[in-house]
Amino acid sequence: MSQVEYQRRNKIHPHKFALWVAMASIIMMFAALTSAYLVRQAAGNWLEYRMPGLFYINTAVILLSSFTLHGAYLGFKAGKELLYKVLLVISFILGIAFVVLQYYGWMALYDIGIYLTGNPSGAFFYMISGLHAVHVLGGIAALVVALIHAFVLKFKVTRKRKNRFQLVLHYWHFVDVLWIYLFVFVLLQH
Amino acid sequence: MASQVAVEQDAIIREEGYDDHFHEHHHGDKYQSNFITTYIFSQDHKIIARQFLITGIFWAIVGSAMSIIFRMQLGFPEESLAWLKPILGKWITISADGVGTLAPEFYYALVTMHGTIIVFFVLTAGLSGTFSNLLIPLQLGARDMASPFLNMLSYWFFFLASIVMFFSLFLNTGPFSGGWTAYPPLSALPQASTGSGAGMTLWIVSLVFFVVSVLLGGINYITTVLNLRTKGMSLWRMPLTIWAFFITAIIGLLSFPVLASGFFLLMFDRGLGTSFFLSEIYIAGEALPQVGGSPILYQHLFWFLGHPEVYIIILPAMGIVSEVMSVHARKPIFGYRAMVYSILAIAFLSFIVWAHHMFMAGVNPFISNFFVIFTLIIAVPSAVKVFNWISTLYKGNLRLNTPMLFAIGFVSMFISGGLTGIFLGNSAIDIVMHDTYFVVAHFHIVMGVAAFFGMFAGVYNWFPKMFGRFMNETLGKIHFWMTMIGAYAIFWPMHYLGMAGVPRRYYSFDTFDAFSHFDGTNKFITIAAIITFGAQLLFVVNFFYSIWYGKKMTTKNPWQSTTLEWTTPIKGIHGNWPGKLPVVHRWAYDYSKDETSDVDFIPQHHPLTENEVRTEH
Repeated sequence: MSQVEYQRRNKIHPHKFALWVAMASIIMMFAALTSAYLVRQAAGNWLEYRMPGLFYINTAVILLSSFTLHGAYLGFKAGKELLYKVLLVISFILGIAFVVLQYYGWMALYDIGIYLTGNPSGAFFYMISGLHAVHVLGGIAALVVALIHAFVLKFKVTRKRKNRFQLVLHYWHFVDVLWIYLFVFVLLQH
Repeated sequence: MASQVAVEQDAIIREEGYDDHFHEHHHGDKYQSNFITTYIFSQDHKIIARQFLITGIFWAIVGSAMSIIFRMQLGFPEESLAWLKPILGKWITISADGVGTLAPEFYYALVTMHGTIIVFFVLTAGLSGTFSNLLIPLQLGARDMASPFLNMLSYWFFFLASIVMFFSLFLNTGPFSGGWTAYPPLSALPQASTGSGAGMTLWIVSLVFFVVSVLLGGINYITTVLNLRTKGMSLWRMPLTIWAFFITAIIGLLSFPVLASGFFLLMFDRGLGTSFFLSEIYIAGEALPQVGGSPILYQHLFWFLGHPEVYIIILPAMGIVSEVMSVHARKPIFGYRAMVYSILAIAFLSFIVWAHHMFMAGVNPFISNFFVIFTLIIAVPSAVKVFNWISTLYKGNLRLNTPMLFAIGFVSMFISGGLTGIFLGNSAIDIVMHDTYFVVAHFHIVMGVAAFFGMFAGVYNWFPKMFGRFMNETLGKIHFWMTMIGAYAIFWPMHYLGMAGVPRRYYSFDTFDAFSHFDGTNKFITIAAIITFGAQLLFVVNFFYSIWYGKKMTTKNPWQSTTLEWTTPIKGIHGNWPGKLPVVHRWAYDYSKDETSDVDFIPQHHPLTENEVRTEH
């Protein structure tokens, strides 16, 4: 921590840069899965099914949480403590709601006869959305840390805390955009 | 003379260094306050480097001892291995007349573990983990890594991976035995072979931890190189070691996640009944329910990592060799920029050649053409590098000490092994050569032995920086010559076996009359392997003896090197430099620049003199 602070000469904070590098590797992971999806689909014997409507709602939920979290960040920067705290809590609830709703989405898929052990088209969707949900859980863990910072520490706008918040914010936007990519990808491939 | 130069160098840093106020803040020392935080859960990059190295040495001994055991089976199938019973237990079956034989299942397990351990634990973690950690902050003039905490986690994830893999060696059903590539169905169906059950479960868990370790390390290396260079250290002034580690980290960061994806799918197939990689399989006459998967898909995902992986192994060795060679030839590296561009070219090409591992797996021959072309193009940047190394040696003022010998040995191995790559890269020739000992010979020379040579060059060269003492030079030279001759004696004859079509991974050739006349060759290879293994033990003895009893380092810069790591105190300290950070004024290769001076090197932090022309470097 210390050396980072006193040795910084570039504009971007090394921790933020490290996060971006980590995102690049997560992108590679999902790029691999979606290309495997394409390759397997091209081989035929691929079950087509209608995406349960719940997943559209989920997409809206995670998109909304990105906006609220960004609002919380802007509130923090502007020194509006109440706005910051309220929006942070809302984002956290929306994040939890997303994961829970994903679970219900999987149940809805199961009900229309798309099983994990069935045709690979369903298995791929369970696998990819499940792995994404795990990454969202990581984001929720980061949100918990942000919540602790918000409610335990005395409210103060410092550069260090702004940087810390930005790490959470960027990662959250990342899992949001990642989901939109995955969802649109699966829809377009139907 | 030398001490005078050293004093002068310290003065330069004291007077003209960059003050980052590091030592005015003592909170950094918090994590080095007691034995555990200093030597075990250390966040200091120099300690973490040593941890990687010593764990790597442990695995190298285990991994190569395994190869000796299966080589004895191949070379001397009739000899009794009963004396191994105390170590291998039930895997040695003793017949009525007292002859002990290696169980065939365990032979496969040994081959698999040998590959996994050497490729991942020794040549990835042990090589790039050690030297990236040691040299990136030291050669760039940084206090430590960007995130010392993640760096510590990187080692401990590797340690966890090691524990899990080591544990799998002692399972009742044995470790995984389906080859280091873990192709399904052997890896996907627990009932497929003895090692496919618990052995494979631990194998995959271990490797997932390992991927996490590589990613955490890689994130740190990249961030440190791009963000924490000292003042004046532009990218084009970085030593080639750093360039190599930097590009290696990028390759690792882009390819290991793909392997992780493959592993996740494999885990689903193993545990949750999906069929990503499985289709229409009968085991013991019974049809399995899994339908619709493709085992080739796994191969694509695996080799998308697997091929870059060989460059993850060889690039750090190349960087180390370039640096060591330049220092001990007392000459600037020939074609510095060409070296960097060829690293970049190799890194780029490494991502578009993976299917050359799958020519015979049913890949469309038309698509194979592309992979053949890109594969052969890799020969171009590789040749550039070889040409530059040889040109660096040409008319150099060579010091033929152990690190230099290993660096030169590396070039020899890289040429011999690289040339056979041109054969194997052709999909037509691969029809004959695939899965034979020719392949084994090729990759062992070009990435196994060559990478080990790079590692040895690095260990002998930077041992004083790591432990403040020198390794024994005589033992080092014996080690070099035995390894150099021994490695060729092991792998050269394998080319002939391969050209005759002898398949790799076979337990025994009893039933193949066509290969019976290779008995003598196989015996020769085995004997050579045992002798070469003995030479490595010599290295291990030398290494550990020298840590405590080696010749002490008395000056800061024993090799008279230009790079910044040799301006730090002999006994490494937290934050690396006691006061200010050195400021860099020149590139890393100002050797023998001024013929009139009796000092034939100018360290990177020396300001330019009046008669020097400012160049881009």
